[in-house]
Parts: sequence; C-alpha cells; structure tokens
Amino acid sequence: MPTLVSHPDEVKVVSRRFGMGATDIDKYIELDGYKAVQKAIENGPEWIVNEMKASGLRGRGGAGFPTGMKWSFVPKVSEKPKYVLVNGDESEPGTCKDHVLFLHDPHSVIEGTMIAGLAIGSKVGFIYLRGEYRYLLKIVEKAVADAYAKGYLGKNIFGKEGVDFDIITQTGAGAYEVGEESALMESLEGKRGVPRIKPPFPAVVGLYGGPTVINNAETIANAPHILLMGGEAYAKLGSERNGGTRLFGISGHVERPGVYELPMGYSMRDAIYKVAGGIKDGKKLKAVVPGGSSCPVLKADEIDVGLDFDQMAKAGTMLGSGGIVVLDESVSIVEFALRTIRFYQHESCGWCIPCREGTDWIKKTLTRFHAGGGNKKDIDNIQYLAENMMGRTFCPLGDAAAMPTLGFVKKFRSEFEEYLEGKRVEHPLIQITPIGEPALAGAH
Amino acid sequence: MSTIPNSIFTPATAARFDKLATIYPVKRSALVPMLLYAQDDLGYVSDAAISEIAKRLDLLELDVRNVLSYYSMLRTAPVGKYNVQVCTNISCMLRGGFELLDHCKKTLHIGHKETTADGMFSLEEVECIGACCWAPAVQVNYDFHEDLTPAKMDAVLADYREGRGKDVK
Repeated sequence: MPTLVSHPDEVKVVSRRFGMGATDIDKYIELDGYKAVQKAIENGPEWIVNEMKASGLRGRGGAGFPTGMKWSFVPKVSEKPKYVLVNGDESEPGTCKDHVLFLHDPHSVIEGTMIAGLAIGSKVGFIYLRGEYRYLLKIVEKAVADAYAKGYLGKNIFGKEGVDFDIITQTGAGAYEVGEESALMESLEGKRGVPRIKPPFPAVVGLYGGPTVINNAETIANAPHILLMGGEAYAKLGSERNGGTRLFGISGHVERPGVYELPMGYSMRDAIYKVAGGIKDGKKLKAVVPGGSSCPVLKADEIDVGLDFDQMAKAGTMLGSGGIVVLDESVSIVEFALRTIRFYQHESCGWCIPCREGTDWIKKTLTRFHAGGGNKKDIDNIQYLAENMMGRTFCPLGDAAAMPTLGFVKKFRSEFEEYLEGKRVEHPLIQITPIGEPALAGAH
Repeated sequence: MSTIPNSIFTPATAARFDKLATIYPVKRSALVPMLLYAQDDLGYVSDAAISEIAKRLDLLELDVRNVLSYYSMLRTAPVGKYNVQVCTNISCMLRGGFELLDHCKKTLHIGHKETTADGMFSLEEVECIGACCWAPAVQVNYDFHEDLTPAKMDAVLADYREGRGKDVK
C-alpha cells in the first residue's frame, strides 16, 4: 500500500480526504461529499463553467489547458450524444498522483465527472484507468455502484426529475500512448491506441463522434472543491494565471518521497529540500526532471523556480504531470538519457514516422554510446534526430521523447564528452536487454 | 446463462462479458477489457478466446488480433502462475530497480520474459507502473509491492511460493 506522507507546507484541497476512509460513501458524504454536485444542479451549466473559469484551474494531466475554457468549447446543441471522459491512464514515468487519488478519494472523481456532465449537457461519463491499476479499478467500481445505490447516479439523480447521469468504468491494457486524449478515445472504442488528427478537437468531435470533454482525473476531482469554496477562493490559493493547488509526486533521490499537495507557484527548491526532506543520504543534487520524464531536465543551479505552468515554461521546461524526479550526484546522465529514450522507443505506437524512427535511432545510438562504442559525432546526431522529431507528429509522444533528450545533450554535453574519454560508470545499470525485443547487435 | 453457448470462460466471466457487450454506445468498446479479463481467466489470450470474443462483439478475429497485439499487458502464450514485473523506469532505476531485476534473475534463474521450470514464476522487466514515489516497485500479477530491497523481494517471492501471496483480480 502506498505510504501517505504529509508536510506542514501542504495546502490540502484535492487530498483533504486522503487517509480518512472516504472510499466509503457515507464517510465521503459526511466530509461534504456530493454537496457540490447538488449545488451544480441548482445553479445550472453557465454558473458551473463561470466558477471553473474563475478558479484558474488548468489541466493536471500535463498540458495545463484552462479547464473552464475547455468545458465552454463544447457546443450547447448537438445531434450526437455528448460525453465526459476521465483520463486515469496515468503512465508518464515519475507520476503516481492519480494512483493515490483513486485509492483514497474515488468519489471525488465520480462527483467531478457528474459536474462536468452537468456543465456540458452530457448524460454519460467514462472513467478510464490504466490496466495495471486493477485494484484501483475495483475501488472505483465499488464507489460507482454505491453511488447508484444511493440514487446519485442513474435516472433522476438526487430525486431531480429529468436529471440523468451514468458512469461507465473502463480499463486499459498497458500502453503509454493511450494517455494521449485522442488515442485514449480510440482505445475506449475498442481499437489500437493510435492518435487522431486534430482538428477537429474532442470538444467538437470526440468519443463515438460526439462532443467530448476529456480531463485528467485530478483535474476532474478538483471540480467539486471549486464549486464548494468558489472559483475565486480556489484561484487565490495558487499563483497568477495558475489557480489552486496540485498533487506533486516527488521521487528519486530524496529523503521523503511521496505525493504532496502544494500551492501552484510553490518553490521547487523548497519542494525538494523542505517538503521531501532534501537529497537522500546527504549527497549533492545533480539534476531534476521536473514534471514527468518528458520534461527537459533542470541542473542543480536551476531549481529556484516556482512550480506553475508559466514559471516552468520560462525556465525552459514544463510543469507536466507534477512528477518531480530528483537525481543525485552519482547518476550518469548518459545512462539516464538511455533509460528515458528506451521507454519512449518502446511506447511509440509507430503511427508517425518521425517518432517511430527517431526514438529507435536515438536509442540505438545511445545504446552503443553507453556500451563504449560512441564517438563525438553521435552527440550531434542525437541532437539532430531529436530536433527533427519536434512538432512533426500527430500526438505529443514524439516531442515527449525529443525534449528530454535535447535537455540531456545540451545541458550535460560535457558529461557525454567525458564519457567518450573513458569517465564511465563503473557498474553500468542498463545491460542491453531492451524490453520487448531481442538484444541489439551492438554498433551499426 | 451465457448468450454464447459453450463459452470457454468461467460462468462468472461469461456473465460479465454478456453485460459488457451491452453497456457501451458501441459494442466494440468492450474489446480491451474483455481481452484482459479473458487473460485473467485463462492465463493468456488463447485462439479460442479470440474466436469467442470476436463472435461476442461481431468482429473479425483479425480485428481482435490487431488490437490484442497493441497492448503490452496482453499475451498470447502462458506465463508462470505469478508474473513478477519489475519496473526499471527512471524513478525505480534511481532507487535500485535494476539491482532488483538482477536479483530476481539470479534467485529465480530466469531472464526477462522467461518462466521457472516448475511454472511458478515468470519474470518481466516492465515500464513505469505508476508507483514512482514508493520505488523500487514490483507488480506480481496485479498486486503491487513497494519500497523493495533484495531481502524484501525474497520475502515477497517466498510468500507467493508458499501460497500466502495475494492474487488481485
């Protein structure tokens, strides 16, 4: 069972029921559960969207798109049914926040889904969890069943004539790519999880061709809290244009790894040194991958930055999924870069050539480089390949592979060069056994 | 009573599939969950399972195979009773994921995607399983084990070997 952590600097909104037994529907109700959705039914769609807009909530999956605005893009009148889709396919390496959310407060996701449904005029919501989260799927399934039993889901919810809402839970079966919104819709339609071309965006043509709001599970779980405290009050918890708080998963070489809820704009240095207890075993910090493995790396002297979407963009990286991965001085960047690209090569769905070929060539080059068969031109080649993947694919997986690679070779170029001169890791961690395929036959 | 006569699945799974085929706006949406539940029943997705699922969802077997080959958790050959999946992705790597994988290889005398002679364990190096803050983490079938060391791993394996392990399904 994941350990629950706590720190005085935390501002608990979405995590405020964690560890309080709120998987039980009666406990959830006792802790102000299912109040927000009733308020939403009374006040109507326009009020909900306005509160969401005022809250400054931005997508917690990684893209940071304003949630209220996303909801407002859905056409009021549609011939096809509209849908709410909750993305719980959490699979960005370094990210495990939705894991604890489903574990401790599944009803908040359900209530948020209902609120999104009321806002856009949808009667059906889907909650999609990654296949590995089977035990969490069971928790969510039970919560949904309990909500039906109380009359909170189904026909005439909360006894309101004509207000219907159904929730269907869904499981994936192992695919990072399915975390991308259009690939997730393909998967939910029973197909291979390859991305769709955009436009049209899901708000207009989404699941089963109907207008669809797709949000990350944490984003959705924030909705009930926002409606209860008011959009403006929620916005004030965060920084400028970055409303509220978010769940940060701090992992890697820290003393107290865990999922912490911090205000948007909170100092990254404090998150690592204060909240997570500093670098493990008194070692020195080398680098931070700030928001899941796809975010460009920050060097030790670049961590005086506020944790919000805009400040992180200004620092040349991304807030991403909030998964902060901390690397101490012992880490070989060459090895870390290889492990990162190996993941993206494995997960590339093969739909777009720049991603399929680019991830494969970078992995092959880095594998040879790491094994001691590299040369100086490889470093330029890796950079060239990554630069040419950027912006040339249907979905952001190509960028997600290219961005961290570029960060590693640009910011730690000297380490790549020293690696050529023989300053290698003594006991390489990565033996050449790439997942899902036979061992590579060395250099080309 | 299943809608498919002589279903190859257990009565509970067959009943679940009957229901799954009715809850979505489009029947085919049940495909990915059905494949996974079929695998839970049989240990892998067999030809017979593919055939029955295709029939249930009015699809060609080819359609089913096309989807099946995409998802990394789905397999078309049996594995050991307990599939030990060691994560070596970045957060786990930093806290000893590779050492753990090595340890498992040595203790079980098998490599990546291999099965012990007694059919008890299979070993697999996997990508991120969403337990980064409790790294290094391992999933045995669907059951998570976190914050592991080689010694703790030995205890986990012993539990399964002696029938004390949980089997989440």
